[in-house]
Amino acid sequence: MLKIWFTKENLTVTVLLLAVLFGVQFLAQAGIFTPFIMFVLIQSAIYIILTVSLNLVVGFTGQFSIGHAGFMALGAYASAIMTLNFNAPFIVSLLVGAIVAGIGGVIIGIPTLRLKGDYLAIATLGFAEIIRGVITNIDYLGGAYGLMGITQRTNWLWAFGCMLVTVMVIKNFVQSSHGRACISVRENEIAAEAMGINTTKYKVIAFTMGSFFAGIGGALLAHYITFIEPNAFNFLKSFDILVMVILGGQGSITGSVMGAVALTLVNAFLQSLAELRLVIYAIILILVMLFRPQGLLGSYELSFKLFQRKRGVNHGSHSADA
Amino acid sequence: MTEFIQQLINGISVGSIYALIALGYTMVYGIIKLINFAHGDVYMLGAFAGLYATLVLKMSFVPALLFSMIVCAILGIIIERLAYRPLRNAPKIVILITAIGVSFFLEYTTMYFLGPQPRAFPAIFKEVSYSFFGGKVTISNREITIVVVTIVLMILLQYIVHNTKIGKAMRAVSYDMQAARLMGINVDSTISATFALGSALAAAAGVLVGVYYNKVFPLMGIMFGLKAFVSAVLGGIGIIPGAMTGGLILGITEALVSGYGSSLYRDPVAFVILILILLVKPSGLFGKNVREKV
Amino acid sequence: MRKSFLTVIAVVLLSFLLLFTSACGNKSSTSDTIKIGANLELSGNVATLGQSGLNGVMLAVEEINAAGGVLGKKIEIVKYDNKSDNTEAASVATRLITQDKVVAIIGSMTSGNTLSYVNIAETNKVPVISPSATNPDVTVDPKTGKVREYIFRTCFIDPFQGTAMAKFVLNELKLKKAVVLKDNTAPYSVGLAKFFVEAFKNNGGEILADENYTSNDQDFRSVLTKIKGLNPEFIYVPGYYEQVGQIVKQARELGINVPMGGGDGWDSPKLVEIAGAAPLNNTFITNHYSSLMPDPKVQDFVKKYKEKYGSEPDAMAAVGYDTVLVLVDAIKRAGEATPEKIKEALKTTKDVEGVTAKISLDENHNAVKGLVILEYKDGKQTYKAYVNP
Repeated sequence: MLKIWFTKENLTVTVLLLAVLFGVQFLAQAGIFTPFIMFVLIQSAIYIILTVSLNLVVGFTGQFSIGHAGFMALGAYASAIMTLNFNAPFIVSLLVGAIVAGIGGVIIGIPTLRLKGDYLAIATLGFAEIIRGVITNIDYLGGAYGLMGITQRTNWLWAFGCMLVTVMVIKNFVQSSHGRACISVRENEIAAEAMGINTTKYKVIAFTMGSFFAGIGGALLAHYITFIEPNAFNFLKSFDILVMVILGGQGSITGSVMGAVALTLVNAFLQSLAELRLVIYAIILILVMLFRPQGLLGSYELSFKLFQRKRGVNHGSHSADA
Repeated sequence: MTEFIQQLINGISVGSIYALIALGYTMVYGIIKLINFAHGDVYMLGAFAGLYATLVLKMSFVPALLFSMIVCAILGIIIERLAYRPLRNAPKIVILITAIGVSFFLEYTTMYFLGPQPRAFPAIFKEVSYSFFGGKVTISNREITIVVVTIVLMILLQYIVHNTKIGKAMRAVSYDMQAARLMGINVDSTISATFALGSALAAAAGVLVGVYYNKVFPLMGIMFGLKAFVSAVLGGIGIIPGAMTGGLILGITEALVSGYGSSLYRDPVAFVILILILLVKPSGLFGKNVREKV
Repeated sequence: MRKSFLTVIAVVLLSFLLLFTSACGNKSSTSDTIKIGANLELSGNVATLGQSGLNGVMLAVEEINAAGGVLGKKIEIVKYDNKSDNTEAASVATRLITQDKVVAIIGSMTSGNTLSYVNIAETNKVPVISPSATNPDVTVDPKTGKVREYIFRTCFIDPFQGTAMAKFVLNELKLKKAVVLKDNTAPYSVGLAKFFVEAFKNNGGEILADENYTSNDQDFRSVLTKIKGLNPEFIYVPGYYEQVGQIVKQARELGINVPMGGGDGWDSPKLVEIAGAAPLNNTFITNHYSSLMPDPKVQDFVKKYKEKYGSEPDAMAAVGYDTVLVLVDAIKRAGEATPEKIKEALKTTKDVEGVTAKISLDENHNAVKGLVILEYKDGKQTYKAYVNP
């Protein structure tokens, strides 16, 4: 068992990740990375969490959800309330946020996952709007005013750490037998069922995990910006994350990482273009979809093995033409 | 009681607008199974085209309506050709993202050139209000116009789809694109025609809404587009009378929720109804349940 | 094939990084300009506010630079779009402070977006001055009750407008039964409504109902029908003109002829276009100023604005314009364009001759300016009363 864990590749990856973690922290403290660069990095880390978790639902399990912002909102609000009103330690707030979002995922998932394709999409979008509408109407949660004065707890170490945990957990999940079951649901639900896979169960599991990590993302964001309002979690936010998933490649975790980072950078870059910003964003989006519809990575994973012209983690027959 | 009647009138007039936009939605969805998020924005451009026609070209109501319908029909064909046709065989989600991209593009290009501020529609319609029950119930000629136009367009559409050659082609393509092609139907031009028709309907809705609410602005398509889509799903997507019914149900429900419940929960309730219907009868009120084939 | 594709990705990502770092690399501030940041809603769902605000800001800067600038230097506005999103607003603020090294930030138009970076400004000690963030918590931390050292605003806060209108309705219009119809997705509207209700009840009035709409709405007939059934004597609609125009129009169509009122969100020439002149009769608003005031300063502003942008200024443009004046006045008095000196000078802002009023800032960093109550008559604002701060 240990042999599987301590392969050469895993060690290299671990060393590399630790180097990034502490390297960035060091560069930031030394003042070489300005706070703005740190902001973008932390934002990227949070978006990676959101994108990878949505990819589990959309990319790996093939369930078309466009309500991720709703779960983000659940996580953000639950964790913010824990910190603000119960003085909970950050880790507790994070977990509470994640669990509340996860529970939300179960409650919403069980009925809606019977739906397929576009119907599911519109139902999840509807649920996200319901969550937002309800939050707007609860005075305890600040209503339209939002919640302010949340202590800033998220920093590079937390964001990167949570990101690693998310990526690791989801990566291991999709490589496990459960993950393969999810992929089979995506590839052909009826065939999967015929092979004895409880498709509903796996859909709900994937959906719940996705919302759980979305909750973490939301919680991190709330403790980074220190202020949350319902309008920040509208369906445009869900679109943003979905776009990152598709851009990176459905069914590719490294693709999601790249998609999230690339779009966060593009977004920051476009700030100075003011009124033209979303026009250019839209053009980029359309062009990428037209010329590379499978996303940057398709369903391939970027790994060290890949450089040796071997296949990385193979996810079923959904192969791209790369 | 009079208040209830008034609420029904309110609901029916909003519902007709949803229905009008939903008609276009349902056509496009019916044929290529695409949630055309840009449909709401075509509706917005239709409203602006109507505004341009009345303000700059000094047209009266009916020519402005036709002008805007033609402009948007052409626009619809262009959008389909440039953005959707190359992706016809791509996974659905990719086309959906493209549709979102197109939607952003239309919204913000309009905003870039015309500014985000709303514009008022000139009064090209003399407003007449009719009161009943001693002024307790009022209805205006614009409300009547909207309801009538929606019904007329629905009947026209139903006629086109069921009784004309192009309509038959549309139904064939929506039933099975491959088989239709084998039968000698020009699938591309049929889809173009559907987009043209759907976009023209959106334009009609845009102009009517512009006149009705007296306000057009670049982001007007987002919420109405969404609600229209909800209506289309409610009634059973791809089914023309379904879109009409779905729109009316949504409109009336919203009116009753804000009239007798709490105005706070109007939008959430609309979505709850949607989800309930989807759960009980996923194919919509008028939809036929199709067994999935292996 | 796959390898070449990976190379392409790598190149694309790298070039993005390069572009990115070059775009926001430390631009050394040239000594002949004073850099002021603008963190505004130029796209997204409240772009109307941000773009009007920016128009006002740019007009003021142009005038000041044409007159030789301040402290012998020209003013340079570094503007970024925050997409009406609070994460983006925080990102933009960080960027303005740490990359562009601006000496002050002209804050966002909405309270929510401004609130998302008050901490960043406080930590980095750069003053922020918002043209229109009306939530009291923007400048005063509600938890500690302490004033935020670096946050200012040039508008009045929610309680002032809400209370003034409540008193006006009770004492001048002599109406006792009111209904509130607010945009419950806009903090501005929720705030005004809250203080109106409080003041109205405390002074002997009765609130029959507190109804809501959202910024996405176009049709208000159902909620108005409900309100009509309650027979109120006055309807308070604190909201932005985009929706208010339709609300007033639809209310009149339904036969609701009682007086209605609102705040500075109503002030826009578009209001009259959307609602129509006749429906607007018998409506009252609290506002900073009136664009129809004979005051030469106001008329000059309106004229220049029209020349530059081809439309009449709304309230957001006017407060944007004034924000620059207040800031420039502070820089002048500071004698040196550093964040710390500007902050100190801002604190003692007194009687800056703005378009909207003579502006002074109080100990809570709020603008002390009187408000005017205006009545619409045949589509024209007419002066009704003046309320002292």
